Amino acid sequence: MSVSPILSALRRHKAGVVLIGLQIALTLAIVCNAIFIIGERIERMNRPTGIVERDLFLIQQAWVNAPSEEIEGSSQKLGAMQQEDLLALRQLADVESVAPTTSMPLLDSSWNEGIRLDPEQQQQTARVSFYLGDEQLLPTLGLRLVAGRTFTSADILHQGLRDIRQPPVVIVTKAIADLLFPHGDAVGKVVYLAGTHKPITIIGVVERLQVPGLNRWTASFAYNSVVLPIQREGFFAFYAVRAKPGRLQAAMQAAPAALYKVNPLRVFADIKTPAQSFAAIRARAYRDDIGMAILMGAVCLILLGVTAAGIVGLTSFWVGQRQHQIGIRRALGARRIDILRYFQTENLLIASGGAMVGLVLAFILNLWLIRHYEMSRMPLIYVLTGVVAVLVLGQLAVFVPARRASMVPPVVATRSV
Amino acid sequence: MFDYYLDLAWRSLRRSPGLTVLMVLAIGFGVAASMTTYSVFRAVSGDPIPWKSSKLFVPQIDPWGPSGRASDGEPPDALTYTDAMALMHAHRAKLQSAMYRISPSLVPEQTGQHPINVSGHAVYGEFFPMLDVPFLYGAGWSADDDAHQAPVVVISGELNRKFFGGANSVGRSLSMDGKDYRVVGVMGDWNPQPRFYDLASSANFNAIGEGVFIPFERGIAAGIYNSGNTNCYEPTKGAGFIGLQQSSCTWVSYMALLDSSAAASQYRQYLDSYAREQQQAGRFHWAPNNLLRDVPAVLDHQGVVPSDTRISLLVALGLLVVCLVNTVGLMLAKFLRRSSEIGVRRALGAPRRALYAQFLIEAGLIGAAGGALGLLLTGAGVMSVGLVFRPEIAALARLDWSLLGITMVLAVGATLLAGLYPTFRAARVQPAWQLKSN
Repeated sequence: MSVSPILSALRRHKAGVVLIGLQIALTLAIVCNAIFIIGERIERMNRPTGIVERDLFLIQQAWVNAPSEEIEGSSQKLGAMQQEDLLALRQLADVESVAPTTSMPLLDSSWNEGIRLDPEQQQQTARVSFYLGDEQLLPTLGLRLVAGRTFTSADILHQGLRDIRQPPVVIVTKAIADLLFPHGDAVGKVVYLAGTHKPITIIGVVERLQVPGLNRWTASFAYNSVVLPIQREGFFAFYAVRAKPGRLQAAMQAAPAALYKVNPLRVFADIKTPAQSFAAIRARAYRDDIGMAILMGAVCLILLGVTAAGIVGLTSFWVGQRQHQIGIRRALGARRIDILRYFQTENLLIASGGAMVGLVLAFILNLWLIRHYEMSRMPLIYVLTGVVAVLVLGQLAVFVPARRASMVPPVVATRSV
Repeated sequence: MFDYYLDLAWRSLRRSPGLTVLMVLAIGFGVAASMTTYSVFRAVSGDPIPWKSSKLFVPQIDPWGPSGRASDGEPPDALTYTDAMALMHAHRAKLQSAMYRISPSLVPEQTGQHPINVSGHAVYGEFFPMLDVPFLYGAGWSADDDAHQAPVVVISGELNRKFFGGANSVGRSLSMDGKDYRVVGVMGDWNPQPRFYDLASSANFNAIGEGVFIPFERGIAAGIYNSGNTNCYEPTKGAGFIGLQQSSCTWVSYMALLDSSAAASQYRQYLDSYAREQQQAGRFHWAPNNLLRDVPAVLDHQGVVPSDTRISLLVALGLLVVCLVNTVGLMLAKFLRRSSEIGVRRALGAPRRALYAQFLIEAGLIGAAGGALGLLLTGAGVMSVGLVFRPEIAALARLDWSLLGITMVLAVGATLLAGLYPTFRAARVQPAWQLKSN
């Protein structure tokens, strides 16, 4: 079908054409970016933690009557209090294993430092997050060892909160091992902590362990975790607990009660949920991302709905306006399908024009978001998908009024109005 | 005439109910999305203490030198214990307080109840008048109490309800971290958002207000640990809390009330002379690198408004623009469909002004209907912001008269604006053409 009659007809409806085109352009620009935001958030939420998340929970607690660390002999007392807790938890029927820990992936509470290959070098080789725990930490979190050995109880140091001694051995993630020793021979090699000259030997490599931090900065070293064989013994202690398969709820019920029984003078980080399942930690960590995805999804739906409705409305008006002309065309031999095609082609032309403008607007909006909100660059596929989506949307929306137009009988041509 | 046009508008809207419903829906949704996200934005970007925020200042002193500075070259947000104590002793501002965040545990008097954790701050007595903290019972403490490390405590109204049944508890005793404190004041509702007095070590937004305030020097003497952020350039040399106090780690926040810009510049000079003294004494090996920002500047610099909130508002405004473009198109169709009617009215002598009035009233009517729908949807939206924003922030979004007013004004105003072009086109209809074709 020739498009020239369509173009000349459109020239008589400049305002309407421009308005539909503009609406499609803006819709495309916003929808592409909104879907890109949703995609980014989903990707973020899908990052693996490296731990076995099922049946795992965390208890964060502090003792009310803990002796001050400055007092002589307090460290033995604090160590004994923690040992008592661990024993009580390990004796529970529904508990598989327990380990003291300083953090968890997605907990957003982290201790980050730089490590070096050479104590004299000025710049750090890699930025890392530390996890401190005993020999039970690896099995409790469900970490998979890919090289070397795990900790034994002989490796574990017992330290107060601000004790700054360093352990002689560590376990690192494969991400760090590959970064520091690309030949895959990290086990047995030596690294140094910032500002120290004490060599630390890598004895094991775990497949993956995400750092606890959640912000943009920690995302730049998301899998650079180092496990130190240190049992921290201060006025507070966190316990990672793995329940027996399928016994998570029962274990989460029993654990706080068991701890209160050992020593009632303690407080939990959140009195309402003394034991936090890892699922709850995950939900909390990503609640902003889920919320943003919901909001952007809702905005997209409303936008597409409004734009489709706008196309239906304006095309219906045009159909009504052109009843007479449609009747004449039908009387001159045009088939119903020709009328239908006419309006569909007309919409395709307008929508294509709008999509061209929208494509440019989408990239401008993306650039602006990159500049002001640290977003990343939108891949072309999002915009191309968006273009196809608005064209299809236009065709679907125009079908209703176009079908009505095709129903106009030829006899209309003989009527004066 | 207004009644007549209103009647005309009503008839016209009823003649094409589909188109009318479409326009009302578009405006309703567009306005509601914008206003819902705006309610959140307004809540997080507001000034928490508008009557004196420009007089409250946060000093920053560089204890680490050039190699410890962030990429922007700024000193850390908080102070070292040493510097905070020096500023307190110099006492150069009208009112001032060093402070650090604490999280002590309280042991209820009744047996059988578990101890609970509360958040709070160790502050100086001047904190309360400086920030106009409201009191239900009693008041803050005196400079004398500060100096004598008195075991006194100011508690929140909520804690007072939980521990003392809401009665006047001034003079009663509270067991905190195993030691007894005497209640001297019970605060009224006070949970400013963002928590502007200690942005350096608190989350910006907190659903739960602070429970306890104790004298700063009491907290130090009793060894109540800092529970806020601690930033260190080098490892602490000594052990424990005392080691932290002697270290160059920054963990003490500070706020000073300076009444005039002259007072502020004097304070700046004082900070520089203090840093120079430290340089001469050999503690600092660099030229003074201090900052003194007022509360609005600190809020701005810390980027307190989450970027998600801004992006949401922007996207929602984009949605509103699309809805308005949509409305322009539909109104154009609707008005021009009545070209013959316009032609007759013009031929009978109606001036353009009358047509403007008629069509703008129609647009206004659509806007009002869209606004009414927008009000309902905004109400629903504000109720459900908890689905989208984190609880601390969602709790701040309020549906109040001003939000409802803005919603209505935005709906009617935007629709009138959208109606301008269609009205202009309708008023330009040539009567002769229309009459001829009939």
